[in-house]
Amino acid sequence: MTDAALPARPVPDYLHHGHTIWSWLSTTDHKRIGILFAVSITLFFTIGAVAIAVVRLELLTPAGDLVSDDTYNKLFTLHGIVMVWFFLVPSIPVTFGNFLLPLMIGAKDLAFPRINLLSWYLYLGGAAFTVATIIAGGVDTGWTFYTPYSTMFSNGAVLTAVAGVIVVGFSSVMTGVNFIATTHMLRAPGMTWFRLPLFVWAMYATSLVMVLATPVLAMTLLLIMAERWFELPIFDPSRGGDPLLFQHLFWFYSHPAVYIMVLPAMGVASEIIACFARRRLFGYAFMVYALIGIAVIGFFVWGHHMFVSGQSPYANVVFSFLSFMVAVPSAIKVFNWTATLYRGSIVFTAPMLYAFSFLGLFTIGGLTGLFLATVPIDIHVTDTYFVVAHFHYIMVGASVSAFFGGLHFWWPKITGRLYPELWARFAAVLMFFGFNLTFFPQFVMGYLGMPRRYHVYPPEFQVYHVLSTGGAALLGGAYLMPLAYLVWSLFYGRRAGANPWEAQGLEWQAPSPPPHDNFLTPPRVGDPYDYHPPEGPAALMDDAA
Amino acid sequence: MTGMRLSLPEASGNARLVDTAFFTVFGIAAVIFVALFILLVVFSIRYRRGTRARRGPLPSLLRREIEIGWTTATTFVAIFIFWWFVGGFTLPPRAAPNQLEIHVVAKQWMWKAEHPDGAREIDALHLPVNTPIRLVMTSEDVIHSFFVPAFRLKQDVLPARSEVLAFTPTRIGDFHLFCAEFCGTQHSRMTGDIVVMTQPDYAGWVRRQPHGDNLVRQGEALFAKFGCGACHAPESQVHAPKLAGLYGTRVTLADGRRLTADDAYLRNAILHPRDGTVAGYAPIMPDYAGVAGPADIDALIAYLKSQSGLKSQSGLKSQSSPKSQSSPKSQSSPQADR
Repeated sequence: MTDAALPARPVPDYLHHGHTIWSWLSTTDHKRIGILFAVSITLFFTIGAVAIAVVRLELLTPAGDLVSDDTYNKLFTLHGIVMVWFFLVPSIPVTFGNFLLPLMIGAKDLAFPRINLLSWYLYLGGAAFTVATIIAGGVDTGWTFYTPYSTMFSNGAVLTAVAGVIVVGFSSVMTGVNFIATTHMLRAPGMTWFRLPLFVWAMYATSLVMVLATPVLAMTLLLIMAERWFELPIFDPSRGGDPLLFQHLFWFYSHPAVYIMVLPAMGVASEIIACFARRRLFGYAFMVYALIGIAVIGFFVWGHHMFVSGQSPYANVVFSFLSFMVAVPSAIKVFNWTATLYRGSIVFTAPMLYAFSFLGLFTIGGLTGLFLATVPIDIHVTDTYFVVAHFHYIMVGASVSAFFGGLHFWWPKITGRLYPELWARFAAVLMFFGFNLTFFPQFVMGYLGMPRRYHVYPPEFQVYHVLSTGGAALLGGAYLMPLAYLVWSLFYGRRAGANPWEAQGLEWQAPSPPPHDNFLTPPRVGDPYDYHPPEGPAALMDDAA
Repeated sequence: MTGMRLSLPEASGNARLVDTAFFTVFGIAAVIFVALFILLVVFSIRYRRGTRARRGPLPSLLRREIEIGWTTATTFVAIFIFWWFVGGFTLPPRAAPNQLEIHVVAKQWMWKAEHPDGAREIDALHLPVNTPIRLVMTSEDVIHSFFVPAFRLKQDVLPARSEVLAFTPTRIGDFHLFCAEFCGTQHSRMTGDIVVMTQPDYAGWVRRQPHGDNLVRQGEALFAKFGCGACHAPESQVHAPKLAGLYGTRVTLADGRRLTADDAYLRNAILHPRDGTVAGYAPIMPDYAGVAGPADIDALIAYLKSQSGLKSQSGLKSQSSPKSQSSPKSQSSPQADR
């Protein structure tokens, strides 16, 4: 389809709705804010990636011969803080969520467009603190800010780093409130709750977690500031404080934060798999329940980060059990995605390849979670590279694969252009292999005892570190490729038309790129996955293609 | 670069158990993963666009049954792993009677160990094989973590708290000791050697070490230095709890809690007495936090133990003959052991 297929539009698309820089900086259009966020998080993804590239180079040899101990500690801390709070937590919600949520439910914008813009400015505020932290020489506590190290011993710029995380947290809360209100109030006539695309459900579940968990993080980090700045004895045991209190509060946020990072990815994967399998999602209602189940149970498993912390062994048993329970809805989702392929008509486009990557890597990440929920195994492998590999499979393998999948899937909608398919498939495959080469050896060395956050290490682990660094080089290349060909496609890509994938979501009824008010005519609301005849005993016929 | 090594020695009784759990869960995970992988490949080939496979809708009854079926199956697998490896393992075994108790103090960035009769070492820990070991660990500054991969054991070591790690080394050799909790600049250099020796070799090693005062005598000196006796000595006129025979007994606090007077309780009672004033006494004891260091507290507790008929500090004797004088009261509280 090309532009010629569409009627001449008097309405300019959102990209041409204003041409000045001010029209972007003062926009309340959810689509433009999505773009602003996309540019910002790409910048921070780059910062986090450069930091870890130096770390991986350092780890090529067992000796600390590239950077100093302190520099090494600051680099992995920077990587963690930036990647978690300035890339992964916002990533899919603030870009695709912002851009697509109103489109998918047939609305003109989010419920609170100005708060949405404020959310971006708060992100910039938090980002400014983080840049200030880097300029001030960095911080060396690890992204987890464990006390009493962070409050009484670290010489790094803890206060600015913590301030940045608090501020960017409010950005998350605002996005969450906005999404919840929008989903409740602005659904088009006929868009009932059980006609919502799973991406919208995923945004809704994520928003609930953001709104409920993030304030706890802000409070916890304020306590760090209180102890470090005003010397209030909160965590200092020599003055009656309790260092473990911090870990409980921190993980009460930071475990749900993992679900903030992965629930949106599940939403993206659901849209892509249904579209390119040309099949209604298997078990839609169960998928919804599983999303909500994960979001809720996720609040009750934080203690599994603390099996060796000195927490009571009875608490360990309870948290272990609850962690096994959160595995069940996650497994249901994997089975349902797989079953969606059954009797489908599968096309292996680049987004579909990314969705397959997501599925495989999420499965490995989830299954290794079973090891970590098992207390005796966790005692051995926690704080080793086994854990590092596990959470990268979930947070990078699954979430970032889904992010790139969504980027390619909705690129025609966002820009009006098609990306070059062959290059995109190549990048997807390269990313999958690069990722596995980077992180699979880390499972092995973790089991063998390689502790995390080690600048120097015993020589027997070198072979795994070399493999891992090699994989990271491939992975870095695979991340750069889309940057190049997507920019190219902005100028030279084929025009996409409204619905290049013949997908069923409402967003595909709007022109590509959509105009400022999203829809030229009111969208027709129906089954979001109407890819084949309705199912049921009456329709049991062979309709082979 | 040394060659690729895929196995890790099992050097403690606990290691076998962890490996059994690890490889059982690995087996379960592998079966699930391979099954999913096969399904993905088969579906991808059979149902790629343009094949002549059947593509009719599924009856809704079947869909529902499949969904309920695998939800139930997954739940049972999860409960099985939990029940088999967590339920039975995690609750601590009762302390063995003839443990060799070694005090470990972690600080930025070293491990200090003190053996029962005063032998000390830094960044190394010599242990006799096939002897139940009880490490009582504390930190002087931040949180560290005592991690010996060959033992499959890890325990965070916190300031102002006693963490206990009980295990039995089963294999002679040198093994890595790592600090596993990030603790600052030289975290990755806070490592040491675990040297597991035959029991006679260990006895010989201990004899060759320069001996400082043993912990009990250090504790006795500190008891005098800090003036504890002014209130706590039997002849004192001040109304304060008498300490002889206290260790290991049940204590009722003013707020109604009942606790065992173990290492953790005594440490807290010295550092922050008013957190747990004993029922029937006025809260008049001053805080010793900031006055008594972690090593001082260890010594004081060792002295208090010795005042309870618990001359447990002769570790060498204890491994050859189970101590007869250790009363049932000397069983430490279950919370402290793993």
